[in-house]
Formats: sequence, C-alpha cells, structure tokens
Amino acid sequence: MYPLIVFLPLIAAAIAGTITLVGAMSTAKDALHDAHGHHHHGVSSADRVAQLVTVCGVVISFIISIFAFVDVALGGNPVTIELFTWITSGNFDVSWALRIDTLTCVMLIVVTGVSSMVHIYSIGYMSHDPDKPRFMAYLSLFTFAMLMLITADNLIQLFFGWEGVGLASYLLIGFWYSKPSASAAAIKAFLVNRVGDFGFALGIFAVYVLFDSVQFDVIFGNAEEVAGTTLMFLGHEFSALEITCFLLFIGAMGKSAQLGLHTWLPDAMEGPTPVSALIHAATMVTAGVFMVARLSPIFEYAETTLMIVTIVGASTAFFAATIGCVQNDIKRVIAYSTCSQLGYMFFACGVSAYSAGVFHLMTHGFFKALLFLGAGSVIHAMSDEQDMRKMGGIWKMVPLTFGVMMIGTLAITGVPGLAGFYSKDLVIESAYAAHTNVGLYAFWAGILAALMTSFYSWRLIFMTFFGAPRADERTMAHVHESPAVMTAPLLFLAVGAIFAGWFAKDWFGGGNYEEMLNFWNGAIFMAEGHTALESAHHVPGWVKLAPFVAMITGFAIAVVMYKLVPSLPRTLANTFNGLYRFVLNKWYFDELYDKIFVKPAFALGYGLWKSGDGAIIDGCGPDGVAAACRNIARRVSAIQSGFVYHYAFAMLIGIAALVSYTIWKMG
Amino acid sequence: MSDWPILSIVTFLPLLGAVLLLFINGEEANVARNSRGVALWTSVFTFLVSLMLWVNFDKTTADFQFVEQADWMPGLNISYHMGVDGISVLFVLLATFLTPICILSAWEAIQKRVKEYMIAFLVLETMMIGMFSSLDGLLFYLFFEGVLIPMFIIIGVWGGQRRVYAAFKLFLYTLLGSVLMLVALLAMYFEAGTTDIPTLMAYGFDYNMQLWLWLAFFASFAVKVPMWPVHTWLPDAHVEAPTAGSVILAGVLLKMGGYGFLRFSLPMMPLASETFAPLIFTLSIVAIIYTSLVALAQQDMKKLIAYSSVAHMGIVTIGAFTFNQHGIEGSIFQMLSHGVVSGALFLCVGVVYDRIHTREIDAYGGLVHRMPSYALIFMFFTMASVGLPGTGGFVGEILTLLGAFEANTWVAFFAATGLILGAAYALYLYRRIIFGALTKDNLKSILDLSPREWLLFAPLVIVVVWMGVYPVSFLDIMHVSVENLVNQVETAQAAAASAAQLAVN
Repeated sequence: MYPLIVFLPLIAAAIAGTITLVGAMSTAKDALHDAHGHHHHGVSSADRVAQLVTVCGVVISFIISIFAFVDVALGGNPVTIELFTWITSGNFDVSWALRIDTLTCVMLIVVTGVSSMVHIYSIGYMSHDPDKPRFMAYLSLFTFAMLMLITADNLIQLFFGWEGVGLASYLLIGFWYSKPSASAAAIKAFLVNRVGDFGFALGIFAVYVLFDSVQFDVIFGNAEEVAGTTLMFLGHEFSALEITCFLLFIGAMGKSAQLGLHTWLPDAMEGPTPVSALIHAATMVTAGVFMVARLSPIFEYAETTLMIVTIVGASTAFFAATIGCVQNDIKRVIAYSTCSQLGYMFFACGVSAYSAGVFHLMTHGFFKALLFLGAGSVIHAMSDEQDMRKMGGIWKMVPLTFGVMMIGTLAITGVPGLAGFYSKDLVIESAYAAHTNVGLYAFWAGILAALMTSFYSWRLIFMTFFGAPRADERTMAHVHESPAVMTAPLLFLAVGAIFAGWFAKDWFGGGNYEEMLNFWNGAIFMAEGHTALESAHHVPGWVKLAPFVAMITGFAIAVVMYKLVPSLPRTLANTFNGLYRFVLNKWYFDELYDKIFVKPAFALGYGLWKSGDGAIIDGCGPDGVAAACRNIARRVSAIQSGFVYHYAFAMLIGIAALVSYTIWKMG
Repeated sequence: MSDWPILSIVTFLPLLGAVLLLFINGEEANVARNSRGVALWTSVFTFLVSLMLWVNFDKTTADFQFVEQADWMPGLNISYHMGVDGISVLFVLLATFLTPICILSAWEAIQKRVKEYMIAFLVLETMMIGMFSSLDGLLFYLFFEGVLIPMFIIIGVWGGQRRVYAAFKLFLYTLLGSVLMLVALLAMYFEAGTTDIPTLMAYGFDYNMQLWLWLAFFASFAVKVPMWPVHTWLPDAHVEAPTAGSVILAGVLLKMGGYGFLRFSLPMMPLASETFAPLIFTLSIVAIIYTSLVALAQQDMKKLIAYSSVAHMGIVTIGAFTFNQHGIEGSIFQMLSHGVVSGALFLCVGVVYDRIHTREIDAYGGLVHRMPSYALIFMFFTMASVGLPGTGGFVGEILTLLGAFEANTWVAFFAATGLILGAAYALYLYRRIIFGALTKDNLKSILDLSPREWLLFAPLVIVVVWMGVYPVSFLDIMHVSVENLVNQVETAQAAAASAAQLAVN
C-alpha cells in the first residue's frame, strides 16, 4: 500500500496534465479564430475534474501516510520496498526502492499534510486564474518528486527527487510565464540550485568511491570503518568523510537557501502564494535539512564539516533575519524568515541535535505554511497587493485570516505552549549545550535571530492589519474574507501550529531522552560524545530564559516602532541610512553575483565565440586556408573583434597545456 | 531465420530502397509523393528488421555476433567482415531508429528534388549502419568516409544560404583527419598483415608505433566528435543543414568519433591511450566550459544547440578515456541519449523554422500561448538535455562523471561544471522562445504541432523516458563487451607497467 503514497500524486499529476494540454490546445485554436482571444475565467468541468483528482490523490496519500506513521514510527516497523532495478554498471547498482523509516514518516506527514492543505486552498486562491489544471498538475508533480526524495533508499534516487522538486519549483515559480520577472526568477532558482547540485553530485561520487555503493544501508553500516580513511580530492588528501560530507552539504545549501546560495529564494516569491507556502517554506527548502539528518551516520564522523554546517546555519539565521526586518513586500518578509528558520534547523544538525532540527522542520512546516497561506488570503483580500505599506487597518474585515495569522506569529516567535516554542527553544538550548565555540556562536546568533524574528513578525502583523488603512478606497471597499475552501486549510494548519510542538515534543528530544531514541529507532544516528541534545535539558536557567527574553524584546521594539511612535522607522532609516540601504538591498548579494558571475559569463561567451572560434580557430584553420583564394576583407573584419579576447584565448591555451601537464604528471 | 545475414540485410536494405527510388519517374508531384513513401517504408522496414539484432543479441558474450565474413581481396588478406558486439549494436539501432523520423520530418520541409533527397538519406543510412558493423579496417574506412558524401550533398544542395561555405568547411576538416587515418590503417596493415579488426585488437603494437597510430586516428575521430578546437565546422554545418540533416548529424554522425575511440584507439593502442588521456581530458574540459559559454551568447537557435552538442560530446570523450566500466558505459549511454535528445531538439527547431522561416531567437517569444503542446515537448527535451534524472540524459552523465571521479577528481570537478552551464544556456534558450508575452504579429497565427509532428516526437519521448527510468535494457547489452574492453586495456597497461618496472630493476 505504501507505494500508493508516492505514486497517487504522480498519477493525479498526469491526469491533470493531460486535461491541461487538451484545454490549452483548444484555447490556442480558439484564439486563432477569435482575434481578441477571449479567456474563460470561470470554472469549467475540466477544471473541476483536475482539481478533484489532484486533491483526492494527495489527500489519500496523506491518509495512508498517517497509517504509515502509526505502523512504522510508533510501531517500530521500518520497511524498504524494492520496486525495480534502475541503473547497473559494474558494482554500481541502483534500484528504485522506497525506504520508510521514522525519519521518512515524519517527513511524509509534513509533506502530504501541508500539500493536501495547499491543494485545497489553491482551488479558492486560483479561482480567477485561467490555468487551474496546470497549476494543480504542477503541485501534484511537485508532491510526487518530494515524496520520492524522502522515501529514497539510495543517494541517486534522492538526487532524482532532489532534481524533480527543482523542476517543479522552476515550473511553479515561472507559472505566470508572461511576466518576465517570473521567468527570470524561475531560471535563477534552477541555476543556483544547480550550483549546489554540482557539489552534491561530487559528494555522491565520493560516497561511491568510499563505500562501493550508494545505498543507505551499506553506507551507514560501513561508516565507522571508512571514517578513518582518507580520500584524494583535487590533489589534496582529505579525511574521507569530511570532504564527502562537505560536498554533500553544498547541495543542501543550495536547496535550503543557505548563506551564499540563498539568492534564489526571495525571487521565488514570483510564484503564486500557495507555491511559496508548499515549496518555498514547508517542504522543498527543508530537503537540505532532511538530507543532513538522513546522512547523520556519516556526518557524525565529520567533525569539521559539522562545524561548518553549524556556522553556515547560524550565520544564515542571523543574516536572513536582518533582511526580513526591513522588507516591505509581505511575501518577502516571510521568505527571509524561512531562510532564517532553515538556518536554525541546520545549526541544530551541526551540533548533532538532528531530531531537534527535524522537530523545527516539522513545526515550521505548519506555522510557516499557515503564515504564507494567510498572507495569500490577505493578498487575495487586498486585490493582489503585496506591499505592506499599502495595507493596514483590515483586521476587522478579515477576522479569520487575522486570527490564523496571529496564531502563526505566536507560533513562530516562540510563545510558550505553541509549536515554535518547543522546537526553537530545543534548537537554541542544544546549541548552547554543545559546549563548543561554534555551538556558542550558533546560540548567540540564534538568540539575536529570535529577537529579530519576533520583531519582523509583529511588524508584519502591525503593518498589515492595524493602523490607518493605507490602501485606496476601491481596494478597501473590496476587502473580504476568503471563501471556506481557503479558510478551512488555514484552520487545519492553525491547529498544527498550536499543538504540533506540545504533541510531538517527546519524540524529538523535548522530553524523555530514551523515548526519543526509541521513537527514532536508529533512523538518526548520534555518535558517542555528541551529547548536545541530551544535555539540552540541563542548561543554566538564563539560557532557557534567553529566547523568551529575546522574543519579548523583539515584540516590544515592534510595538514601539509600529504602534506607539510610527515616525520612528523613518527616522531610524534616515539616521542609519548606510546600514539601512545595505540591509534593504539584501547585503548586495545579487549585485555582487551579477558582477562576478552572470555578466562575465555572457561577455566571455560572446568573446570566445567571436575571437576564439571566429578569428583564431577559423582564422588559422579552414578560413585561413581558404583565404588565399577568397576575399580577404571578411577576415580582417573578423580579426577586429577585440584584442582582449586574443589575450584571453592565448591564456586559455596556456592553461590547457598546463593542466594537461599536471594531470599527466599526477596520473 | 538466424542463419540469415541480418547485418548485411539491415545495412543494404536502405541502399536497395535508394535504387528503387531511381526508377521513380514521371510528373514531379507524383515523384515527390512516391519517393517519400518508398523512403519512409524502406526505413521503417529496416528499423523493424534491425530489431532482430536487439531481440537475438546474446548479452552473455563479448564476442562479435551476427558475424559474416566473405572473401573480398583474399590475396591482400582483406575481407568483407561484419559483426556487432555490445558496444556497436546499439549504435546500429540508433541509426535505424532515427532515419525514419528524419524522413518523416522532411515530409513537408523538402519540396524540391525530393527523390534525390530521399536517395541521399537512404544511402547515408547504409553508410552509417555499415560503419558501425564493419569488422575490417578498410571496410570501416570506406563506410566512415562514405557517410560524408551524402551528408556533404544534403548540406550543399538542400542547405541554407551559406550552405556551400559550410559544406566545404566540413569537407576540409574531415579530409585532413581522414587522410591520416588511412595512413595509419596502412601502417597497421604493413605491420600486422591484415586490416581485420578483431585480429588487430589482439595484435599488440609496440609502444612507439601505438603513439603514432593513436595520433593519426585521433586526428580523424576528434574532428568527428567534434572535440575542441576542431569543432568549428559543426555550428556552421548545423545552421546550414536542413532539419533532418541536423538530426542525423547530431544524432548519429557525431557518434562516429566516440565509437572510433572505443573500437580502435582503446583496444588497439591501450598504452598510447593511457599516455594521451590527459590530452583528451583537457580538450574535453575546455570543450565543456568553453562551448557552454559560447552557447550562452548565441542568437541562432541551431547554433546554440550545436554548441551544446560539443559540450555534451566532451562528456563522452572523458568517459571513454577513464578506462573504467562506469566511464565507458556512461560514455556509450551518453552518446545514445544525446543522439535521441539532440536530434529531438533539432526537430523542435525545425518545427518553428518551418512556420516562421528564421532561426533567430529574438524573432520568437511567447510561443506557449499558441503552441502549448510544442512548449511541453520542447520543455521535455530541454530537461533531458540538462540531464534531469528520469530522462536518458541523466544516466549517461552520472555514470561518466562517476567514472571520471574514479580516474581523476580534477576531471570530474571541471566536467561537472557542465551541470550548471548546461542548464544556463538551455533554460535561457527556452525562456526566450517559449515564455513571455506574445507580441510579435507573425507569431499570433502560428499553429501548434500537427499530427505528423506528434508522430515524430512520440517515439523520441518514449525512448528518452525509457532510457531514464529503465536504462538497464540498454546497459545490460553493453556490460559484457565493455567489461571485456576494460580488462583488455587494463591488462595491456599493467603488463607495460610491470615491464617498465623490470627494466628499472
């Protein structure tokens, strides 16, 4: 029955995809006959079928997942279901197989649960969009790929899901393909992720070289043995698992938008809001965290890499939070918030508190999806306005949306009793309890980020719902609560955001340590001496209190700046203009990357084409030979295409010779 | 049935069809119609017969199968020797699979000299199949060079505006390599007394001779692959060639070089191959990075895909020279999948070229609004080209890079940058053609895929998914032969190494 969890969404996607194609072909035909190209904005029966099929697919998948959770995680019956052989070559032997253990089950609940809600919500949210079936097909396709990712029993299948969710993300970010900004954001997301995948792929190769297999069971079983060995990589001798885990982690950084490879995530908000909730908050972006947790049996033997994970995670948590504090687009605030929260999950993994990281992944899945869908409901109410400066004073008009957004905010800021409180505090306490320098760094970064989290979350609430209305009258007259098909999923997620932490804390290390180990049943590995999670309960009182204080402080600052003294933000921005601009412009990462990667790539490509291929190779080769009996003028004009590239080309030849020589010498 | 000379039948059936075409005469429209029909049915029938090779292929042996041998020049020890093993049989199938698709794609695009066009294509098919199944050096050489003639004519007669320039460029490049290969073959003949390929494989030339032979073959194969820096004929040839010409050029002809390395260079000159592997790696890496960047800057759709082919073939040559099973199987698989995928991409270009008659990327934009099924198909093959797991492109790439990683991590490191760069130019191309608002007037009445075009793409889609989800069907066929090749190369290299060791001691 478990394969149905994965394949129902695929079947649903295929059906909805067919409906899309048939519909699009007839629309294209109609458009030919009708120059004005009238669009059907209503809901056709084909739309209904597509919605029904996809919703059913993923909801059934969710229900089976619950059974799986009860049987596998609570009952302690992990299973691996072998489907069929995929790739064989020598000892390289990979099968399509589903590995369902506790970690998978936790992810299954999050993925199918949130996905179900987003599917249902989308029926309402996309009701004015002509491309409903296509949207549903993409959502289900994404769900399938994500499920393949979390049920993978080997690294290659994980990579399949990994790239599959990348494809779905690309398609959904660029869903409104007529908008150039959406297409650009889609490509950016795909490419930045590919940079991560570059490292991921090399990491997989390293794993294979070390273990002679890419299957998790084999890898985990031999990790201890391999830990002592070394691996030659790029001419250096590295500790085998350190370099392997480091390369794999680069992949995780890309997918989970960690510092340096984060630039695609804010731009991904070009996609429809349900996409942001499902893919760019609750599920896909957490794949990196999942991967590190899944591979904990090898990461545990890579102390240095774990330190890097901690530092990157903590830095991201801090960095993204600073940007979140000054953004004005409601979705971008939440996007940076996501980036920051992912940082928490990573530094939890970095100090070996994997279950705390996964705990935060789960609770975050609920409250962040809630916040995003709530934001979608606000955007819907405000006639597609996303700028918070043009909102305000609407809480009475959208009481339900306001209510669930409040719950989401209380949960993310860590108000005692709600989901975020349990997981975030556990993460922060674990970082302290690691008793290492990087652990301490993560602890303080986490505290500061918690302060900012509280600040920007409340800022969002105040700017969106309170104060005098800043929208024009027509928009204000139109403000309305969303239909039930949208609010019902919000309520479901709100329940999760309230209770998930309290309900699940014992499983993830928030309670009895033995019970936690029992629950995980070996799906997560913690090496001897890595006691951060165990010691998290025995940290000093002030450490336990610190996140709470940070939260209150953040709240207080937000109240002062956006309730009591509304002129303060402007004054501050003017006083610290340089800093403000730096943060507002996202620390200038995009500009930097554009300057050092994007522009040079195009310029180099053009130059190599005209000078390298044109002037030099053809000039000295066939054209040169032919030139004697052909007109010379064309050659002259080709050579004039730029001297800089001649030098570049000569250098390239030199480098080629040098590299050849080096490889030859070393080989 | 098993006694039948299936290889010869598959090889010469198309030629028979071509001869048949010669006898079609009469009114021009009728001739065109009948020629198309005869050519299509001949190639379809050839494909069906070639499936016998697949069905009856014995996967447990590395020996040549379906062998036919007949005296040709007995006094000179040269014979008509045909046969396939796990390395070559799939290329034969690739050729027979793509030819009917090419013929069908030219159904409406070619309107003048249809009969001659079809003849050229069928002759080309014979040459390609013969080339992949020859077991005699001289026979191989004849087919290898023979392929050029119909291709030269297809580009020169039915090509675009600069067709003559492109055809001559192709000719100049390949000529130089061919002459050297012929010299090498002669040298081998005088040394070993035969041009029989299996005999030459077992002969064991001495190291110095291997070096010279290797370089001579390299000159020929490198042009065909094509490797940087002898690749500049390819973009021009593609741009000027008619759609079907591009499909077969990218689909099958580019594989001649890679196949040549595996059939001649590795088994016959294992020591020289080892010596020159760094050169191959370096040129391949340069090809991957350099041509990917150049592809990014292209404004002509066909040129862009042509440059992407050079980059993808860089992966192939790296794989061949890793001397391990992953690398070589990856290399073969990459050739097969690239054959199908790049062929399909050129067909995609052909679809819009037939309608708007320009290859300028800027002339397009927003096609998704009028051509949704085209957008879907194009997206599918773009993703396959990018190497998305689940498509054929992934399997070859991952195996090759894995083999490269085992051979030399630097090579894998640089080659893997293709993951990023490949996605960059492919998605950038797709975006400019398909996405955006539909603003250009001449595009507003553009028609989506016709049933004939669906028929072209359907088999290609199926094969690409098949190769991506269940590649074992293909890998199983090559395992034993590749293993044998790897052992052969390793044994030779190890023997030389221990001899050197002895000499030092």
